[in-house]
Amino acid sequence: MPKRTNIKSILVIGSGPIIIGQAAEFDYAGTQACMALKEEGYRVILINSNPATIMTDSEMADKVYIEPITLEFVSKIIRKERPDALLPTLGGQTGLNMAVELANAGILEECGVQILGTKLSAIQQAEDRDLFRNLMNELGEPVPDSEIIHNLEEAKQFVEQVGYPVIVRPAFTLGGTGGGICSDEDELLEIVTGGLKSSPVTQCLLEKSIAGFKEIEYEVMRDANDNAIVVCNMENFDPVGVHTGDSIVAAPSQTLSDREYQMLRNTSLKIIRALKIEGGCNVQLALDPDSYQYYVIEVNPRVSRSSALASKATGYPIAKLAAKIAVGLTLDEMMNPVTGKTYASFEPALDYVVTKIPRWPFDKFESANRNLGTQMKATGEVMAIGRTFEESILKAVRSLEAGFHHLELQEDTDDAVIEKRIRKAGDERLFYIGEALRRGVTIQTIHDWSEIDLFFLQKLKNIVDFEKELKQNPFDEEVLLTGKQMGFSDKKIASLWHEKEITVYEWRKEKGIMPVYKMVDTCAAEFESETPYFYGTFEDENESVVTDKKSVVVLGSGPIRIGQGVEFDYATVHSVWAIKEAGYEAIIINNNPETVSTDFSISDKLYFEPLTIEDVMHVIDLEKPIGVIVQFGGQTAINLAAQLVEHGVTILGTSLEDLDRAENRDKFEHALSEMAIPQPKGKTAFSVEEAVKIATEIGYPTLVRPSYVLGGRAMEIVDKEEELLYYMKHAVKINPEHPVLIDRYLTGKEIEVDAISDGNTVVIPGIMEHIERAGVHSGDSIAVYPPQNITTLQMEKIVEYTEELAKGLNIIGLLNIQYVISNDEVYVIEVNPRSSRTVPFLSKITNIPMANLATKVILGKTLEELGFSNGLVPEKKGVYVKVPVFSFAKLKRVDITLGPEMKSTGEVMGKDVTLEKALYKGLVASGMKVREHGSVLLTVADKDKEEVLQLARRFHAIGYNLIATSGTAALLKNENIPVSIVDKIGSEHKDVLDVIRTGEAQLVVNTLTKGKQPERDGFRIRRESVENNVPCLTSLDTAEAILRVIESMNFSAEPMEHAPKSREVIYT
Amino acid sequence: MKRQLILEDGTVFIGKAFGSSTEKIGEVVFNTGMTGYQEILSDPSYCGQIVTLTYPLIGNYGINRDDFESIHPAIAGMVVKEVAELPSNWRSELTLDEFLKQKGIPGISGIDTRKLTRIIRNHGTLKGIICGLNHKSENIIEQMKATVLPVNQVKQVSTKTAYRNPGRGYRVVLVDYGMKQGILRDLNDRGFDVIVVPHNTTAEEVLNLHPDGIMLSNGPGDPVDVTCAIQMIKEIQGKVPLFGICLGHQLFALANGCETEKMKFGHRGSNHPVKDLRTGKVALTSQNHGYTVNVDSVQGTDLEVTHLALNDETIEGLKHKTYPAFTVQYHPEASPGPEDANYLFDEFYKMIEAHAVKGEVLCQNVRI
Repeated sequence: MPKRTNIKSILVIGSGPIIIGQAAEFDYAGTQACMALKEEGYRVILINSNPATIMTDSEMADKVYIEPITLEFVSKIIRKERPDALLPTLGGQTGLNMAVELANAGILEECGVQILGTKLSAIQQAEDRDLFRNLMNELGEPVPDSEIIHNLEEAKQFVEQVGYPVIVRPAFTLGGTGGGICSDEDELLEIVTGGLKSSPVTQCLLEKSIAGFKEIEYEVMRDANDNAIVVCNMENFDPVGVHTGDSIVAAPSQTLSDREYQMLRNTSLKIIRALKIEGGCNVQLALDPDSYQYYVIEVNPRVSRSSALASKATGYPIAKLAAKIAVGLTLDEMMNPVTGKTYASFEPALDYVVTKIPRWPFDKFESANRNLGTQMKATGEVMAIGRTFEESILKAVRSLEAGFHHLELQEDTDDAVIEKRIRKAGDERLFYIGEALRRGVTIQTIHDWSEIDLFFLQKLKNIVDFEKELKQNPFDEEVLLTGKQMGFSDKKIASLWHEKEITVYEWRKEKGIMPVYKMVDTCAAEFESETPYFYGTFEDENESVVTDKKSVVVLGSGPIRIGQGVEFDYATVHSVWAIKEAGYEAIIINNNPETVSTDFSISDKLYFEPLTIEDVMHVIDLEKPIGVIVQFGGQTAINLAAQLVEHGVTILGTSLEDLDRAENRDKFEHALSEMAIPQPKGKTAFSVEEAVKIATEIGYPTLVRPSYVLGGRAMEIVDKEEELLYYMKHAVKINPEHPVLIDRYLTGKEIEVDAISDGNTVVIPGIMEHIERAGVHSGDSIAVYPPQNITTLQMEKIVEYTEELAKGLNIIGLLNIQYVISNDEVYVIEVNPRSSRTVPFLSKITNIPMANLATKVILGKTLEELGFSNGLVPEKKGVYVKVPVFSFAKLKRVDITLGPEMKSTGEVMGKDVTLEKALYKGLVASGMKVREHGSVLLTVADKDKEEVLQLARRFHAIGYNLIATSGTAALLKNENIPVSIVDKIGSEHKDVLDVIRTGEAQLVVNTLTKGKQPERDGFRIRRESVENNVPCLTSLDTAEAILRVIESMNFSAEPMEHAPKSREVIYT
Repeated sequence: MKRQLILEDGTVFIGKAFGSSTEKIGEVVFNTGMTGYQEILSDPSYCGQIVTLTYPLIGNYGINRDDFESIHPAIAGMVVKEVAELPSNWRSELTLDEFLKQKGIPGISGIDTRKLTRIIRNHGTLKGIICGLNHKSENIIEQMKATVLPVNQVKQVSTKTAYRNPGRGYRVVLVDYGMKQGILRDLNDRGFDVIVVPHNTTAEEVLNLHPDGIMLSNGPGDPVDVTCAIQMIKEIQGKVPLFGICLGHQLFALANGCETEKMKFGHRGSNHPVKDLRTGKVALTSQNHGYTVNVDSVQGTDLEVTHLALNDETIEGLKHKTYPAFTVQYHPEASPGPEDANYLFDEFYKMIEAHAVKGEVLCQNVRI
């Protein structure tokens, strides 16, 4: 069927900020969709609140709206733009829910907007547990015993019938939010109550647990002509019971016979046909490992994380084709873009093994509950491709950048812990299994503990067994080759041989034991393909042809994690485009399947490889690029710079030496004092004693952190020696190789600047002011452009310092600087000689393509040649705010208090003519409900009590009720501010937690009383707020900002002023 | 133990031995299916061929009792990247290695099968030998070039005697040119009373069995070598509804005056899209053929093209313009592969039903 001509303009809804369960995959899907629709000649209107994405680039759509994805704002855009149609299935659950809301509110009908692709009724049928179960019964497809429940009583009744364990799945939620497995009544109470709350329709599905079954997924597509295909199937390493987003996954399935494969394929196609999906769809199935019995677990009637993985695993671009199907094209009339010769109506054949491992944020949230269950906790994932399972999984392990290079734990553990960690799934189970195998535990025993298929365990055993072989045969070519074919890293081999990694590499290179690159071509080499998409393996034939064109390698940023999000992928993609524009061949190395940068159509060549020195050097040795760009891949790429130079590779842009001058504390300090730029006093400590001495010298409070860190990991503010000692003991392992930085902590206004320098000219696109005072990590602060509260003098100072720093540090390319203004003095806190989190935000505001310019500068152009002149670019009209978004609801036991360590997973942008309006949009887009009236619960630390008075007064003035615990309440009463007192936790009467739980307070302001020892009450208050979806503000600055917004929404209701006594009219 | 695969173009692959230690020469082909190695190795259509599986991990779910497409595999050898030592599946009874040893089939693993596939793709199907390292490749290549591969594969794999697979429905005579069990299974599923006959059964012998329909099976080799079948088809078509699969399809075409030709490297896999020209719908099909019906040769015959391969537009389905007879190049019985085309057996049923109404109703059709 040809594409539809009765529609001209299409609204695409994005997925908003990155949160756990909804990450960069939707930037990839949305970008593909927008490009596909434009390619077909439609006018595309895009709405997405996330500025850090490629899809919100102005070139991606005809009209890009970076606005909150809420009924209020989307309706406005629809009324203004009058699109003919809406494509809801490419923006994750957010996009889908928004479409449903728009339809229910009657907006679509009012404005005559058609839904493209899968119909809303089908979406409802797939998402609503009850409707879905009915459909499965009609189709005769088995689903586990289950019951839809709306309250706890119903839940208990169901359990009486089927017994424990049961799985709780809240309806219409994302990434299994609020769900879990219950094995007893306590867990039932907790999880069902939470689940009902997180479901927008107060509905949960209780399901008899089939934990232990094989979990199999099928990615399917269907067009309006009822052609349906399977793009890819996948088998989870972790059996049913662990959310698929938290499972290690292999593609294609490994242990299914053709009969089982086809049985589940038939089921998946039957379902997609029954639902009349037009586009992509994901079907999750559970298969009994001992019979043909299977169950349909879930269907996602849209493009998902799994479809991004399937696209990268097969080369088949699901989102792109789903968008085209939505406008009426059919699979048999579209070409397979990979081969360019065959049609899209085709099922990819793989001739390699793909492994995905999730990336969890537990390195940042050490107190978090690390068990894995039905609620997803990973922030991102890595994918690796190999010709054996062993190679594939070991490549994935070292792609994680979690300190692992092999199947081994970083510290010694006893047998009991190992068993425990294998029995209960957790983020490090794979490594505990490795250790168990090394200790001689049989695969059968591990299978009994974990129910992981023996196939996978045998593969892991092969790896562990081969360690001995390698150890006993140092520098044996044949053994080494086998080891490399099994995916062993040079690092591991070097440690087995007691050699340096570079020695192993060099020896291997001399012996010609180097990888070849195979193409990902969707068809197992059956047809000739031209996709420049490669993976490395140790075999005979290399398919990656090196061209005569000069090339540049760009290193990507690896998995999405806290501190290194989609912003870096944005910069990477722009750098690649700029390299192409400059006439070079752009080669990218990355391992994140969710991102735009790993879309093979972006670069001239894509190498899907781990970002370790060895894997990167392999590519460089083959391609012989003119150099490598490390500025855009976040800390991942920067951290490789030194080793690359050691291998003789040219780093393009800022030199290694200068990178080091910015990153190495002492050199940096030295550089600053040379330039006479003030910075907070600080020193590097190499021992605990030294740390205490330094802290006493510079005075408390001090900011302590390990050197060379990302996103403020393990960074804390300590107020006294006791706390310092506690920190030294618990948070870091100090030694001469891993020193700790100790700085005077300055309270004050924090300012952030991004700039581009070519060595002579320094362009400063913009300056941002943070709402939260210094001490809150810049990634967790609300940033405002342009600054609202700094003087011209301070501004000039900042510009001056920025120019001096850029030139003084010989920056060629991007740099990011954080300043603090304390007592009217501007201090430099930090310089990052690379792309930063705020680059996309500023680029979008100012229309200055920062990553593009920086890349061209790196490649030798001057900024003047590119049309830019020195200094601060004139301010744009309007106010723009960047508001962080957190995923605390997904991470139990994590303290939400903002501090120097970054905790947010994503961000949104709010823009308008005033700060208040922009903040309103930003807050709303971040998911907060801003109410004009209501109640606020205040529980603050003693040190903040004076400050909170001001806020309390203003809350009262706009009609908010104040609720406080006794201490704070007494203070307010003293000042004649009306307040209701609520008991502290543990009281027999209604306590502060009840107030939150019952929804009496719509806003909580809680500041951290003291230090690091978990301050139980405050922590419980904060968690209770998160659990109940009540905004909890831990910084008074954020509270003030919100107050401003609410004030601006309210007309004041002030009584008329009393006339002064002297002028009183006296009636007699 | 090491072993080598030598191709007639001189390429040598050194890998590890598995399966039987015999040495075999055969045509080297590749199959891109990611599952179904047990069905593939027991599919008689691969008679005499050395089959390369492009998916690298083979043998993962072992060998089970049920998934054979014939009792005695006829492949000459198997080439894989890695053969599983420890299969994991509830139905597994043997490892692939053990099974091939039992059946005297040599295998070679640990080679760059993607490189091999690319050679076949670029060069076309070629001869190869799986042998020990003691041979000099120059001698072997000479020997291989001199070897004429047998052309009587159908005779090798077809049943020697007729047998009945009783049912209570319409009677179908199934001519076995190297039949996959899946065809029989699908006929049985529909209640047919099936009589399987040898490849050289004459039309008269078939008609003496009073069939309601005739089914031409798949099979190995070049269709023009199966001369006896062509005559039989000419005589029987029009008298009894006819359905042919794969080799059966090619023979039907030859019987009606079309020509067949050898393809460069054929279609072997589980992901071949086929378009039904009458409905415009695409089915993903299981395929295994090295010959195809020449497109131009159909013109002027009594046949019309009903199905085309989406990717290379080769003929995938034919029907007779007047007689109740249709055939497909692919495998509606799947096993291995997608079952999208399974409905063709229902169409065959309907065709027989429609034809039977006109004729006599057999007592067997009356369900008791």
